[in-house]
Amino acid sequence: MSWDWQVFLNDDGSGRTYLEWMIDAWGWTLAVAGSSWVVAVVMGALMGTLRTLQDSPWLVRLATAWVELFRNIPLLVQVFLWYFVVPKMFPLFQQVPGFVLVVFALGFFTSARIAEQVRAGIQALPRGQRYAALAMGFTTAQAYRYVILPMAFRIILPPLTSESMNLLKNSAVAFAVSIAELTMFAMQAQEETSRGVEVYLAVTALYMLSAFAVNRVFAYIEKRVQIPGFIVAGGTGGGH
Amino acid sequence: MLGLDLTFLSWDIISKFVLGGLWFSIKLTLIATLGGIFFGTLLALMRLSGKKALMLPATIYVNGMRSIPLVMVILWFFLLIPFLIGKPIGAEVSAIITFIAFEAAYFSEIMRAGIQSIPRGQVFAGQALGMTYGQNMRLVVLPQAFRNMLPVLLTQTIILFQDTSLVYAIGAYDLLKGFTNAGKIYGRPEEAYLLAAVVYFVMCFALSWLVKRLQAKIAIVR
Repeated sequence: MSWDWQVFLNDDGSGRTYLEWMIDAWGWTLAVAGSSWVVAVVMGALMGTLRTLQDSPWLVRLATAWVELFRNIPLLVQVFLWYFVVPKMFPLFQQVPGFVLVVFALGFFTSARIAEQVRAGIQALPRGQRYAALAMGFTTAQAYRYVILPMAFRIILPPLTSESMNLLKNSAVAFAVSIAELTMFAMQAQEETSRGVEVYLAVTALYMLSAFAVNRVFAYIEKRVQIPGFIVAGGTGGGH
Repeated sequence: MLGLDLTFLSWDIISKFVLGGLWFSIKLTLIATLGGIFFGTLLALMRLSGKKALMLPATIYVNGMRSIPLVMVILWFFLLIPFLIGKPIGAEVSAIITFIAFEAAYFSEIMRAGIQSIPRGQVFAGQALGMTYGQNMRLVVLPQAFRNMLPVLLTQTIILFQDTSLVYAIGAYDLLKGFTNAGKIYGRPEEAYLLAAVVYFVMCFALSWLVKRLQAKIAIVR
């Protein structure tokens, strides 16, 4: 078998080259993953925090239900639910673009996993920190905002890094509802050009490059927010 | 209920469309789990062998697999296997081979952690008794590593079961496909997706509850 990388310079039938199409698709992949990441971290932090509020059993139950619901249904099925079922059940969602529905699906799915990490991070903190904050006269909300969450997020940065890379990989599922992202491009370009190996190689390389970039960004953040002498590498959050 | 109509569903439709798909999903999960643990353990042993010729390929394989979306891996194998063996294979066989190869990378990381959790003293004790490397691994280290990691292995199996729905990409006939087809034919696709979600949820929730109980049990024994 011989290589034919020229295939990327061919016209895809609409006046642009396959290369331009692929770069465009890469942009969609990053857009889906980036937007979902924001949804996932916000909801994950909220639900993870709620699960540690021992004085409010109903909030704990609500957050537990959230985690179990979004963790036990396959992502692809959740994408279908948001894309097909939610707009039918709630007419309000009929005007919402498909991109946003996929972002909800991927974001909420990932939020369940991040919630578990946030909870583990909060519970790994010495209890004294919470008491010290309360003794200073902080309200519970202030204690979380200024003391507990900043520390917990530093602790969970390594697993959060992996989860963010997972989210990027999981964004491939958006192909199933015709979001014009990388996997969708790979399948269509493979069909049209019959140069599957070249197309898949290029797309795989872009996924790996993107995941590596996420990894580097988090490594940089981890270095920047480190508090000297506070968190010993590998000494916290054991087993999660 | 909110514009949905579930009355179209009868036992006939379920047995005709869904059961075959469910069976394939379960079969794929079981074969991929067993195959994945077997090859994953081999990969873990290679990575811990201390011999560069074994460590390097295993490390590249595991990290490579783990950095590509599963959907892409499924598409790769579906494209390449017929090309390598010279004849077309069905989506189902392709899916089975893909999942064994893919899950081996994930199971290998679990088994590696399990092997490393065994105190070094046990290995030395085995050596002092005159056991060879193979005997030591087979009789002392691996059984304990497997036992320690059982909850994690089972949790990975639940994730694997959810991931089998991604064979949608190559059109294999699994549980999700069964519901999708039934929904299309009877003009009720939304209801079919909702039911698929319920079935997956009930199965995964029940399984993770069992794993949690097992974990508690093992923790007390230790």
